[in-house]
Amino acid sequence: MATLAEKILAAHAGLDAVRPGQLIEADLDLALANEITAPLAAQEFARTGAKQVWDRGRVVLLPDHFTPCSNIKAADECRKMREFAAEQQIELYYEVGRCGIEHAFLPEQGIVRPGDLVIGADSHTVTYGGIGAFSTGVGSTDLAAGWATGRSWFRVPETLRFNFHGRLPRWVGGKDLILYCIGQIGVDGARYAAMEFGGEAIAALSVEGRLTMCNMAVEAGGKAGLVAPDALTWAYVDSRPQRRFGQRGRLLGRDDLRPDPGAEYAQVCDWNVGDLRPQVACPHLPSNVRSVDELGGVRLDQVFIGSCTNGRFEDLAVAAGVLAGHKVAPHTRLIIIPATPEIWRRAMREGLFEIFLDAGAAIGPPSCGPCFGGSLGVLGPGERGLATTNRNFVGRMGHATSELYLAGPAVAAASAVAGEITAPESVAGVRGA
Amino acid sequence: MATGKDDTAGGEIAFTGPARVLGNNINTDDIVPGRYLNTTDPAELSSHLFADFRPELGRTLQSGEVIVAGGNFGCGSSREHAPIALKARGVTCVVADSFARIFFRNALNIGLPILECPGAAAACADGDVVTVDVSAGKVTIGADGPTLDATPFPQFMRDLIVAGGLINYVAARLAPGLAGQAGQAGQDGRSA
Repeated sequence: MATLAEKILAAHAGLDAVRPGQLIEADLDLALANEITAPLAAQEFARTGAKQVWDRGRVVLLPDHFTPCSNIKAADECRKMREFAAEQQIELYYEVGRCGIEHAFLPEQGIVRPGDLVIGADSHTVTYGGIGAFSTGVGSTDLAAGWATGRSWFRVPETLRFNFHGRLPRWVGGKDLILYCIGQIGVDGARYAAMEFGGEAIAALSVEGRLTMCNMAVEAGGKAGLVAPDALTWAYVDSRPQRRFGQRGRLLGRDDLRPDPGAEYAQVCDWNVGDLRPQVACPHLPSNVRSVDELGGVRLDQVFIGSCTNGRFEDLAVAAGVLAGHKVAPHTRLIIIPATPEIWRRAMREGLFEIFLDAGAAIGPPSCGPCFGGSLGVLGPGERGLATTNRNFVGRMGHATSELYLAGPAVAAASAVAGEITAPESVAGVRGA
Repeated sequence: MATGKDDTAGGEIAFTGPARVLGNNINTDDIVPGRYLNTTDPAELSSHLFADFRPELGRTLQSGEVIVAGGNFGCGSSREHAPIALKARGVTCVVADSFARIFFRNALNIGLPILECPGAAAACADGDVVTVDVSAGKVTIGADGPTLDATPFPQFMRDLIVAGGLINYVAARLAPGLAGQAGQAGQDGRSA
């Protein structure tokens, strides 16, 4: 009677079953890093005395945080990662222009699969739970040890189950559901735990929306976020490129990748979201969540649509649906960054860029951009922004006196047009499904 | 170390030093803002400590001090740069009501001692001399102040702290004659 997290961990540890609190060593399917965390990991890897990563076909390295680089130090970190990748003959190294934000790129390119066990030196590695992988963020040193041995030790987490009931209202998506959840349980409400999302609203949610939800599991302290794969998941996965390598550990069939009916949860939350309004996290915590309707008159200097949370095609399409025929408010800047080249190309081909450019938005190259204060639209002193990103800590997107609100793409697009935080229907003019 | 006392002889781990008290949910952007992550140099990273969150704290935090914080310390990103910067400044130990899981692992992995001790931050003021006995799982506040119970570490993690972090620990066990012992975790460890 296991949760999905327990099944994946047991399979990769070669055990029949595991229980919360148990310490296990498990085989890794992938171990990834970016240009911020890879140079440190490479340095620590060398110190272990190991000469070669355990499997150069299962290490993913790509530059996405500061890229394309706007300063020499960042360029030097990219150089260090590039040299490590060349020296180790890493097969899954991706260069600027041929990759995007790691957590959008890996599922899109079929590099990560349902049932995988993944560690990444980036906290938003939890994203892949949206297609049913157990994936979690680690530091550079843990990653280095994983590169050396192909294994990592884990404490089996308790699982918290979140059931979202009801039919999703218009303009409400994965971002609103996860913000609502974090608002309810707090930024440490799932500390050390796996968060399993289910219920009718999740069954009806797109794979992209599920990736958004699992992406922010770490904002509640979660070790992983998971949605059990269903027909939607497999349709998504089967339509992607198929990777050449398999899954490690005891093989789990498609029917195994779901929690047992009698699985034991440390906590079960049942929420009816049939009447949920779009949610907004106010400064300076992702848990400081309110309904968009409570936030009148919050004037915005900048709106950013992008990131590993909400930079996928569906997010851009939702934004375009709101922006069509409208202009961004004169005092507001709108920055849109498609998360990967494939998303960029599709948005261009399907006319989304026309809508964005007509509205007066700036479109950036695939990158984390301003999300963590890196580049391509950081906030100045005293400025106020709203973004589709994942964290609004003090100074996260720029100056220490700037303020950041978090929301989904519909609220972001509408707020850019209004120049203040506003509900999507006040711009798009449609209420109800 | 200016004022702190560090006793790791014989596998016993204890520290004494003045406290710096912080609140709940101190995140890794508070510790080192993201825009400074374009370097991995520990000294340079430590020069950006708390740059946005509390710049005066960043400037005045001294080698030998002990950070005593509330719940969920180190939440947010996986950047190992945060514990590295604290260690480079000479912070001897971080005591908190609780830790975010990635920070917890990172701190132990790089050899920054930490201890989970609910209630310590509430019982402590800036400058109070605290004694942190990591081995026994005790935190004493002031010369004759209260002694609080903390969660003691299993032997595996105490060894890791004494070794100065995971890599030293692994490298020592990969050394000739000791091969095969690497990564053998204890059975009652905390963290994830």
